[in-house]
Amino acid sequence: MNAAVISVPADSIRAGVSRRKILDRVFVMIGLCFLFGALLILVILFLDLVRDGSAKLTWDFLTSFPSRNAGRAGILSAWVGTSLIMLVTAAVAMPVGVAAAVYLEEYAPKNWMTAVIEINVTNLAGVPSIIYGLLALGLFVYQFNLGQSIAAAGLTLALLILPIVIVATREAVRAVPREIREAAYALGATRWEVTAHHVLPYSVGGILTGMIIGLSRAIGETAPLITIGALSFIAFLPESPFSSEFPFFSFAWLSEAFTAMPIQMFNWVSRPDPAFQVNAAAAGAILLGMTLLMNGIAIYVRYRYRKKINW
Amino acid sequence: MQVTREKQDRAESSPQTVAEAPFPTEKGRSAGQIAIEMTRKVAPDEARAVKARAENLSFFYASVQALKSVSIEIRDKQVTALIGPSGCGKSTFLRCFNRMHDLTPETRYAGRVMLYPDEIDLVSRKVDPIEVRMRIGMVFQKPNPFPKSIFENVAYGLRVRGMRAKVLVEEEVEKALRGAALWDEVKDRLNSSGLSLSGGQQQRLCIARALATNPEILLFDEPTSALDPIATARIEELISELRDKVTVIIVTHNMQQAARVSDYTAFMYLGELIEFDETSQLFTNPSKKATEDYITGRYG
Repeated sequence: MNAAVISVPADSIRAGVSRRKILDRVFVMIGLCFLFGALLILVILFLDLVRDGSAKLTWDFLTSFPSRNAGRAGILSAWVGTSLIMLVTAAVAMPVGVAAAVYLEEYAPKNWMTAVIEINVTNLAGVPSIIYGLLALGLFVYQFNLGQSIAAAGLTLALLILPIVIVATREAVRAVPREIREAAYALGATRWEVTAHHVLPYSVGGILTGMIIGLSRAIGETAPLITIGALSFIAFLPESPFSSEFPFFSFAWLSEAFTAMPIQMFNWVSRPDPAFQVNAAAAGAILLGMTLLMNGIAIYVRYRYRKKINW
Repeated sequence: MQVTREKQDRAESSPQTVAEAPFPTEKGRSAGQIAIEMTRKVAPDEARAVKARAENLSFFYASVQALKSVSIEIRDKQVTALIGPSGCGKSTFLRCFNRMHDLTPETRYAGRVMLYPDEIDLVSRKVDPIEVRMRIGMVFQKPNPFPKSIFENVAYGLRVRGMRAKVLVEEEVEKALRGAALWDEVKDRLNSSGLSLSGGQQQRLCIARALATNPEILLFDEPTSALDPIATARIEELISELRDKVTVIIVTHNMQQAARVSDYTAFMYLGELIEFDETSQLFTNPSKKATEDYITGRYG
């Protein structure tokens, strides 16, 4: 039987190979179709928003407060609110998430307790955001008495993206080869030194990528912010985090009321006056732009660190 | 030339330690004692001080016993090679000396590994593995420089030891790089990444990194198995030179390598030490059938 296989003439081998390679090409075609389909939808959405909102995409739109007059309404308080909330979210989610991930990867003994924690962390990523809103309403707003403040909103969104940050950090940390850890241990480094001098610096790219992906998710979240009581009409700015007097920064803004981009959009969309629809489209285009910008930064950061570290 | 220098060295060193060294006396002749007796075939006036001594060392991964009561003497400023087929426990044995196994959960040592002259038991629970690794350096199978500059790679061990003075660190880094025969090749690019070096250079960088910490024993775990023949020859030459400064234990898959670089050779099989002797003796006149079969290539 073997002899029969070996003596197959070259022509029929070629025919067989090209028949099998057709499948290859078919798969490439299908893949490209889906890929471009998805991209096309995003591009159309973005262009549609830009076209609908083009009348309002001006500098004034960014520097005006909301108004009952659609023509004069802007998103100043919304984008400032969103930026400050993101600041709180990043400041909380980054250290907590990274610490939790490093503990789970580098320190935690491998037993059923850590297995349960790991499964739960992964599951938390799939919990609907409104649930986080309800939790935050009970915990941050009432229990901790933070009120309907920027701090409460930031903490809520930090909670929401914590699983994303933890999972991304764990993957980045796990990608550091065992040989590198062994090299450091063999030189007499303690576990903390191995973590702080080697594991964390080498996984910064992955950690930041996860962080920014988490923030881009948080920036568009509406439900949890509505749940904890975001306002949709604010005609003043929170106190600036920076001041001209010592100590040059202040935390008064943390406890102030807020609105955010998606809330503002939601509010405008639900108004009957078609002029507000234009505002909503313009705000949507800007929000999408902010998200794409953050993702762009993530890609750049990852590219830079990948280039520097090449196992 | 090498040989005559060694002979002189040996003649100068005192023969005392072999006879006087402490040894557990329980249960008649243990495998360990037999091993020790074998080493006594070395004429006393040729023997050097003992740097480390494994005494009935056993090692367990969970319930699997990887080392079975291994006893061996490591001579000061000599190269001791561990040979044997894959899975015979030679790397496992090597990693006991710097407690690398402590990083793996559910591992257990039994027996002792004494380090002289201060007689501390390297595998004792009471001895901190960090302290052990501060004193005993290691070079791994695959070159594993940190993705940092060449300078920072070599300086890292010093920084862990709290050395901050820039001038001092620079001095030690240069000394270590010279010791690893790498200085001339990298002195103009100390700030470029350690990963930009070739495989052989990376391995010499790893040797320099270990040398910088001034270890009492330097462990090599198949240091040339990932290298080409020319890089291998350079590393071997380097190991031969290192014998003046440091006690070396090297695991190797390659018997010719053991014959070329080592003064003593231990043959291990299935977690046991089969034979331990001077390299020239072991390779020309092995006393055990298993050793002979292995070095003549009948298995392995």
